[in-house]
Amino acid sequence: MVKKIMTGDIAAAWGARLSRAEVIAAYPITPQTIIVEKLAQFVSDGELKAEYLHVESEHSAMAACIAASQTGARTFTATSSQGLVLMHELLHWASGARTPVVMANVNRALAPPWNVWVEHTDMMSQRDTGWIQFYAESNQEVLDTIIMSYKLCEDKEIQLPAMIGLDAFYLSHTSEIVDIPDQDSVDKFLPQYDPMYPLDIENPLSIGSLSMPHQWYSEFRYKIQEAMERVIPKLNQIEEEFYKEFGRKYTGPLELYNTDDAEVVLIVSGAAAGTVKETVDIFRKKGIKVGLIRLRMFRPFPSEELNKALSKALFVGVIDRSFSFGHEGAIFSELKASLYGVKHSPPIKNFILGIGGRDITTDTISRVYNNCFNCLKNNKIDNPVEWIDIRV
Amino acid sequence: MKKLEKLSSIKDLPEAPISNVPSLNQKTGTWRVFRPEVDKDKCIKCSICWRCCPDIAIDVDEEGFPIINYDYCKGCGICAHECPKTAIRMEREGK
Amino acid sequence: MKRAGIPTEEFIYSGHTACPGCGAMLVARYLLKVLGKNTIMNIPACCFAAIPGTFPDTCLGIPLLYNAFETTAATASGIEAALKIKGKKEKITVVGFAGDGGTADIGIQALSGAIERGHEIMYVCYDNEAYMNTGMQTSSLTPMGATTTTNPVGKHGGGWRIRNKKNMMEIVAAHNIPYAATVNPSYPMDFIKKIEKAKSIKGPSYIHAYSVCPTGWRYQPELGLEIGRLATETGIFPLYEFENGTYTINYKKKTKQVIEYYKLQGRFRHLPEDFVKEVQTVIDKEWQRLQDKEECSHRQKL
Repeated sequence: MVKKIMTGDIAAAWGARLSRAEVIAAYPITPQTIIVEKLAQFVSDGELKAEYLHVESEHSAMAACIAASQTGARTFTATSSQGLVLMHELLHWASGARTPVVMANVNRALAPPWNVWVEHTDMMSQRDTGWIQFYAESNQEVLDTIIMSYKLCEDKEIQLPAMIGLDAFYLSHTSEIVDIPDQDSVDKFLPQYDPMYPLDIENPLSIGSLSMPHQWYSEFRYKIQEAMERVIPKLNQIEEEFYKEFGRKYTGPLELYNTDDAEVVLIVSGAAAGTVKETVDIFRKKGIKVGLIRLRMFRPFPSEELNKALSKALFVGVIDRSFSFGHEGAIFSELKASLYGVKHSPPIKNFILGIGGRDITTDTISRVYNNCFNCLKNNKIDNPVEWIDIRV
Repeated sequence: MKKLEKLSSIKDLPEAPISNVPSLNQKTGTWRVFRPEVDKDKCIKCSICWRCCPDIAIDVDEEGFPIINYDYCKGCGICAHECPKTAIRMEREGK
Repeated sequence: MKRAGIPTEEFIYSGHTACPGCGAMLVARYLLKVLGKNTIMNIPACCFAAIPGTFPDTCLGIPLLYNAFETTAATASGIEAALKIKGKKEKITVVGFAGDGGTADIGIQALSGAIERGHEIMYVCYDNEAYMNTGMQTSSLTPMGATTTTNPVGKHGGGWRIRNKKNMMEIVAAHNIPYAATVNPSYPMDFIKKIEKAKSIKGPSYIHAYSVCPTGWRYQPELGLEIGRLATETGIFPLYEFENGTYTINYKKKTKQVIEYYKLQGRFRHLPEDFVKEVQTVIDKEWQRLQDKEECSHRQKL
């Protein structure tokens, strides 16, 4: 175990290296480029024994990863924004074919206009693809989650792909202290990939043929949902094992910060959670009861866990660093749906923040909390979906 | 893994959509409108008919004569057309 | 063991759902006779994706991966990379088997990338000259003069395809591919020999296979192999190889006029005489160019 200062991109590369990824097929895109460059360096130096494919697009990157995974190799790829959405067709394919591909996605805004800074719309717009989705808050979490994801995805009861989101520049290019676990410990925690249905000339089978409405298509799709329902309990188990091996504790799909007695709770994903935590501390010093739920896992959506965590909140502010045009923020929609019909269903408001990488400061969050308190006091939500940091 | 036959519910399915049952259970011979009939007197046992069947519905016996597998023959007529001795005749099915 | 000049063992089961007289089936049959059991094949959206049947049936006796339309060569690359890292590549052939659409149109980017990366894969394009699986629409490998459902003959004339096929062999040759060849099931021994050669290449190889389609080309299925012979005898589908920069024409006789080839197929029925003359000129010129390429490349080799 070695402590080093490194950016999120480097941490992601380390995650893939420690997991002994065997086939890496990726296409460069800012701000993911350092991940693929570092991995290329590891392979060139002989420190990572992998086949490194200089694929000619993200679409081919995902195609190669799916195929390599089905052949029996552990695969890794990384992308961002335009690259992720280019892969969209194959994201559906990866989950439909039940391949445990693990991917790091640097969350970046979508064009036009061109913008390489942080936004979650790229990953949010892939939420229907059947992938497990994580949003990391720190570079350590990026590295750790990649390793845990392989263990989760390759489990015979799961067999789903996972993507780990890390904020553009705030994580990808910002240095933090990261603990690099030693290879032997990771090998102990994460054994070699044992594919469920490898392509094998001794036992030939075909993967992915036609299935008609009256045949088995519906059932296969239902099985994907059944697997998703097994993810959270499995994640909790894996995090327990991770803690025993590496001493770092993760708390499942949510991270709760001062929520026990909080009157107003904010929900946020990604690195901005750090700023919210600072603001919570500021408010708490003044005796104001606020809290934060950091949504670490978005798919499967942790309805039960969220409902429980909000069981005493008087007001909920959902911060979405993304938007679903024609409707509202994704986390907001999904949380409202999960609170529907629940005995304690607090009033809830959507704050759209940080679009296109616009900075989220403690001032912004203070405004958000104050706005929530106002709404609570007046017993009226002023604007259910508010783009609070645009210049009106 | 075992052959996926007699599937009746979701419980019988593998986790991913994999197939391993040979298509031999689909008797495509029912598609036929014309059927090939071999005239052994004309046949010179060259096996060209065996070679050019897209359905692999022609086998060759120990003597070298072609045996048409009517379970799968779709009646395309390529064998009859390619036979150098016109030893295969296409007859209307059901005559 | 051989019979009528080709290996006897089969790797395809009957009971598949190809049209009667399907040329692609003969391509696949001969291909697998050479490649044998130690093969992994991947197939995109195309006729062959539907031919093996529905889950849980398969008509192939080898492992098969279905992949998305654009991804044949990228998928083959992934399979090859995984086999390599697992130390299993030595004895297994990876073959990407796609139609003309999945090769020359939507799949061309992946093909270009895979050849450039130098993967040890065989790529076979079974060219039935249109998007046959979706109902005979025009592809960039539809020949000049043909009518398809997206180039239908107009009520006042015209509408049919006037542009000629992309030259896939030239495209892969421009990538300096170690080996590329055209094959035609009407010439089975030549077919077998070329697959054997492609199989031995320690790098990418490309096979362009002529694939007759009675449904799309509108002819009686029994004429399939005769049409195939005419394609080569007219010079429309010449049999040749490109190996390390050298062109070699395998079937050197160009003995028939294109009208003989057109006469047998409904998709050319509408063609006026002057267009047929134009096509004859184009084919003659292309044939001359191919002969020149052969001569020049052999001279360079010496």
